[in-house]
Amino acid sequence: MNFDFSEDQKNIQEQARSMLAKECSSASVRHIIDGDQYFDAALWQQVVALGWPAITIAEKHGGLGLSYLELCVIATELGRSLAPIPFIASVYLGTELIKAAASPAQQQEWLPALASGDIISTVAISEGKTNHVDCLVSDNQLSGRKSAVLHGMIANTAIVSAKNENGELGLYFAELSDSSVSRAPQDSLDPSLPRAELIFDKTPVIQLAGQTPAASALHTLFDRAAVLLAFEQVGGCEAVIDMAKAYTTDRYAFGRQVASFQAIKHKLADMFVAKELAKSNAYYGAWALAADAPELPLAAATARVSAIDAYYLCSKENIQAHGGMGFTWEFDCHLYYRRAQNLSTLLGGNPYWKGLLVDRLLAA
Amino acid sequence: MDFKDSAEQSAFRAEIRDWLSKNATPKSAAGGRKDQSEAYQDAKIWYKKVADAGYACLNWPKQYGGAGLSDIHKVIWSQEVANYAEPDGYFVIGIGNCGPAIMHFATEEQKKTLLPPMASAETVWCQMFSEPSAGSDVAGLRTSAVADGDNWIINGQKIWTSGAQHSDYGVILCRTDPTISKYRGMTMFFIDMNQAGVEVKPIKQMDGGAHFNEVFFNNAVIPDAYRLGEVGGGWGAALLVLMNERLAIAGVQPDGFPEFLKLVKTLHIDGEPISANPAVREHLAEWYYKHAGIKASTNRMLTAVAKGGMPGAEAALGKLVGAVMNQDIANYAIQLMGDAAAICDPAFAEQQAHFQKTVLFSPGIRLAGGTDEVMRNVIAEQVLGLPQEPRADKGLAFNEIPSGNQSR
Repeated sequence: MNFDFSEDQKNIQEQARSMLAKECSSASVRHIIDGDQYFDAALWQQVVALGWPAITIAEKHGGLGLSYLELCVIATELGRSLAPIPFIASVYLGTELIKAAASPAQQQEWLPALASGDIISTVAISEGKTNHVDCLVSDNQLSGRKSAVLHGMIANTAIVSAKNENGELGLYFAELSDSSVSRAPQDSLDPSLPRAELIFDKTPVIQLAGQTPAASALHTLFDRAAVLLAFEQVGGCEAVIDMAKAYTTDRYAFGRQVASFQAIKHKLADMFVAKELAKSNAYYGAWALAADAPELPLAAATARVSAIDAYYLCSKENIQAHGGMGFTWEFDCHLYYRRAQNLSTLLGGNPYWKGLLVDRLLAA
Repeated sequence: MDFKDSAEQSAFRAEIRDWLSKNATPKSAAGGRKDQSEAYQDAKIWYKKVADAGYACLNWPKQYGGAGLSDIHKVIWSQEVANYAEPDGYFVIGIGNCGPAIMHFATEEQKKTLLPPMASAETVWCQMFSEPSAGSDVAGLRTSAVADGDNWIINGQKIWTSGAQHSDYGVILCRTDPTISKYRGMTMFFIDMNQAGVEVKPIKQMDGGAHFNEVFFNNAVIPDAYRLGEVGGGWGAALLVLMNERLAIAGVQPDGFPEFLKLVKTLHIDGEPISANPAVREHLAEWYYKHAGIKASTNRMLTAVAKGGMPGAEAALGKLVGAVMNQDIANYAIQLMGDAAAICDPAFAEQQAHFQKTVLFSPGIRLAGGTDEVMRNVIAEQVLGLPQEPRADKGLAFNEIPSGNQSR
């Protein structure tokens, strides 16, 4: 047994961490939140130059042909630094869905531009407050409205779920620059990874034509993305534990360090425990993902539920540990709290995944 | 990242699988729960059988009764033996805690004499640290050892000693100098539990069992040759023992989940499987991810150990999460079963009254080997590096530390 990342993978992580510490400060995250840009274009260019979007794309499609494990260590660092770039949208979601649902010829056509970062993709699945799909494709033209699309304002392409005239679910490739597409930003919980509404009016689309039916391709996507997001969430947990530790160690009350009070120590210990459980579950998910093991569905649900719980706990208790300052706009606590909320809503929240977890557990 | 054995590990696993299939009792053939003395006798027989086959204390050197193999061989053994109904962890405190103390501090001759029968459980050992006035603050212990020529005279009381009533020897931590700081005034010894001046009294626990004991020392005389480590070096020796304990108990702390899953799969309400109940499903999901997280954390720790590391303080996590979960699961299982759950008769109650026994025994697990609160302090201070609380005993000699109305 070797239940750890390799030295090479740890080196990749270390390099990612030091690059992001320099290039993705909280000031640059705030620049996106407070400004009129939807993402940090300069950081995205660096990430592209380092080849991160190409990690799991096969070499024949212009990628690096590395394993998901390399992507997992990168994800941890992107989560730690709150990187305001369309990495989740384009890499974990758009690219992965094309890999899961497109035909070999389509993959050959689309993946090289994703690997090189020439285009940014996203997925557009949600339409409102339920999981109904009303978007309709007729004669290879898509009409309808998608909501809460991650990085919908800046993505070049989207994979859109829609029904055909026979009511069958399909996945469709759409160019968002087409004049038939109108987009509008939506005020959201976490503007560092913003959402948008997309309205399609007879937009020309291409159906993803792989062998896997759309519904099961989406399941595959969700399981893979759940593991990758879990690493982002673990990175966020580690960041807020460090913040809470630094603040309570520096601050004095009643003549002593706040961190020396058992109430605070036990709070931080509980944050650490939740994070460690989430991290270990994410490791198991990473193994199952990289090995394409039959354990993946249960492992992914476990990693997701564990990571959602841990990030919520750590980000809320970090605010508490900061006292009143934690409630200010000025302190970074809310940036993580917002990110924790945002990541928990992508792919469906905790009740949905707990249901999947139990179904899979009972079937195992 | 993989779960594969190396070729050598794989061959070893095959070898012990074969041996276990011929020598161990399958779970399906296991009888009901046994009373304490029966369980003890069964454990002695099992350990001797394992030792005779050369599989005792796999990670100990051969000359001390081990097999001269690595920690990972021990892990493989534990994984395989877990498939059988054998009491393989019964003497974990003696072997896992006292063993390393002897290995580290005893003379060569003592090691050759004491360790092989410890490995085969022909002699049984207990560990005596806790006292009535020294629980979480174990360094506040008062049992005294006073030098008398080449001997030491021991007086005082230990408590919560697991298995003392069955033990031939014990490792004991004593106060040898009350006039200096409490951490520097302790020394470690071992002692013959059957000698004059040592009296063991079982403690009847809230669940009716008597796993733990009080041990009284009344002018018990031991030779200086029974000292383990330097005079005044007892605290360092104790920390070494406790560090080894982390490895010894890695992954063996029950969290109750497998029993809960089994129960949920069998219960029905109004003909519907109880696993369809939303409240039950909520608990299943939460307890499963904790159970899986503990298991995966243990695997991460074992990977680090295989690479030559020692388990760090983060090993406290398994006990902290698992102990209270075991209690909460037992409570919840009882809620699920209604009136029937009030019955403790193993012939009637589900899983031989596992949940009824656990709900009464599990409070002790949250206290033994470091309370939940101590575990949180360990994580906060030793893993996260947070400052200690200001302490009223700092800079004082032991005999000047305020002790309220506790007798000294």
